[in-house]
Amino acid sequence: MEIDFKHKQAAHCENGVVANLMTYNGFTVSEPMVFGIGSGLLFSYIPFLKVNYAPVVSYRALPGIIFTRFAKRVGIKIKREKFRNAQNAKARLDENLKRNNPVGLQVGVFNLPYFPDEYRFHFNAHNMVVYGKKDGRYLISDPVMETVTSLSEKELEKVRFAKGAFAPKGHIYYPTGFPKKLDLEKAVIKGIKHTCRDMLAPVPIVGVKGMRKVARLIRKWPKTKGIKTANHYLGQVVRMQEEIGTGGGGFRYIYAAFLQEAGKLLGNGKLLELSKEMTLIGDQWRDFALEASRIYKNRSNTAAIDQYSAIALQLEALADKEEAFFKQLRKSI
Amino acid sequence: MKKNDVPQDKSNLESAKFRELCYAVDENGEYVTELSSGWTPKTIALDNAIETLNDRISAAKQRVIAQKTSPLEYYMELHKMDLPILSSYAGLWQWRLKRHFNPAVFKKLNEKTLQKYADIFDITIEELKRTDL
Repeated sequence: MEIDFKHKQAAHCENGVVANLMTYNGFTVSEPMVFGIGSGLLFSYIPFLKVNYAPVVSYRALPGIIFTRFAKRVGIKIKREKFRNAQNAKARLDENLKRNNPVGLQVGVFNLPYFPDEYRFHFNAHNMVVYGKKDGRYLISDPVMETVTSLSEKELEKVRFAKGAFAPKGHIYYPTGFPKKLDLEKAVIKGIKHTCRDMLAPVPIVGVKGMRKVARLIRKWPKTKGIKTANHYLGQVVRMQEEIGTGGGGFRYIYAAFLQEAGKLLGNGKLLELSKEMTLIGDQWRDFALEASRIYKNRSNTAAIDQYSAIALQLEALADKEEAFFKQLRKSI
Repeated sequence: MKKNDVPQDKSNLESAKFRELCYAVDENGEYVTELSSGWTPKTIALDNAIETLNDRISAAKQRVIAQKTSPLEYYMELHKMDLPILSSYAGLWQWRLKRHFNPAVFKKLNEKTLQKYADIFDITIEELKRTDL
């Protein structure tokens, strides 16, 4: 069976799945709108977690939380389920497909055969939609891909039961109840307020304070960890910022697109101005990545020590800019 | 970022005929989406990360050949795993995995444990035991 599902490529998998599922159910919502209402934008440094032997810096909210917040704020109901064993997980998926209900799945990336080899890491918070089953293969709409694809039963089981941090455990989710009309205006305001609160939070590892903390660490790395490790760490910071799914500039461009759409929706000229400002901040993040890449281009670049303090300064300048930005944004709604 | 400035650099995406979506502004200042084939600064970061992984794999291989560790560690690195990830797949504590990295302990492992590891790496027990990698 095949459900008539419209695949639309997105920058980020979670927003993409939500936007596509909403469109299928008759509510056209753009990806930036989902991201903004779900308060996806963030900066955080997670000191107790290491991925690929390097500390983790995240530019977005935790996996899954964007959809939860989005659903709550626009008033839709979602059903989520996790499973202990693969048979039950498969049975529930088949049941939904039989009822012509496309569902979202959380999966691990490492065993996804259609991903380029270089991108197959043990990252477990990827999202996709299954919209049918044909000749024993599941039909997959993966929002970061240009077109739809398919997976065999065994392949899908493997990615649904990937292990490690954020193990999906067969996680399946879909919207079940909708209001008559989406109350986007109120939801937008709530989403913006939440993001301002997060970015200005008085917590040393979150928001602008987190950026300053990472800037301090960048200064320290070459001395305490050695150039090679410091370059490896810096490379990971840039990858988290720019890799597939961010839409560029550590999600800042998606957020600027959201502010533009929100400004038009609410008839608020200030938001349109702030959208332009956010675009400039995104450009500055790109400059930061470009400068950083000049340092780690050579993996054991010994001449790089003063360059480290230069990019730490760049990051601090970004923190100042974003602090001023979110204070202004808070006032403008 | 302007729509025309969306980078179209050569990257690892090319081999898979894959392009990623970016957000950028067009000439009227409106946000639109544009596909990008890659951007060099992040391609370098990814290439370096892969090189670091490859270094780890060949180091583990050398240690297996020198009988300083068991093939288990080599396969863990080969599958881009670290201890917490392998521990989660195997359902064993990390200290037990570390113990199994000891060649003497590894030799004495029972069939059931070996089969569990072999299944994780999608190989046979004989392949898992081979030390002439």
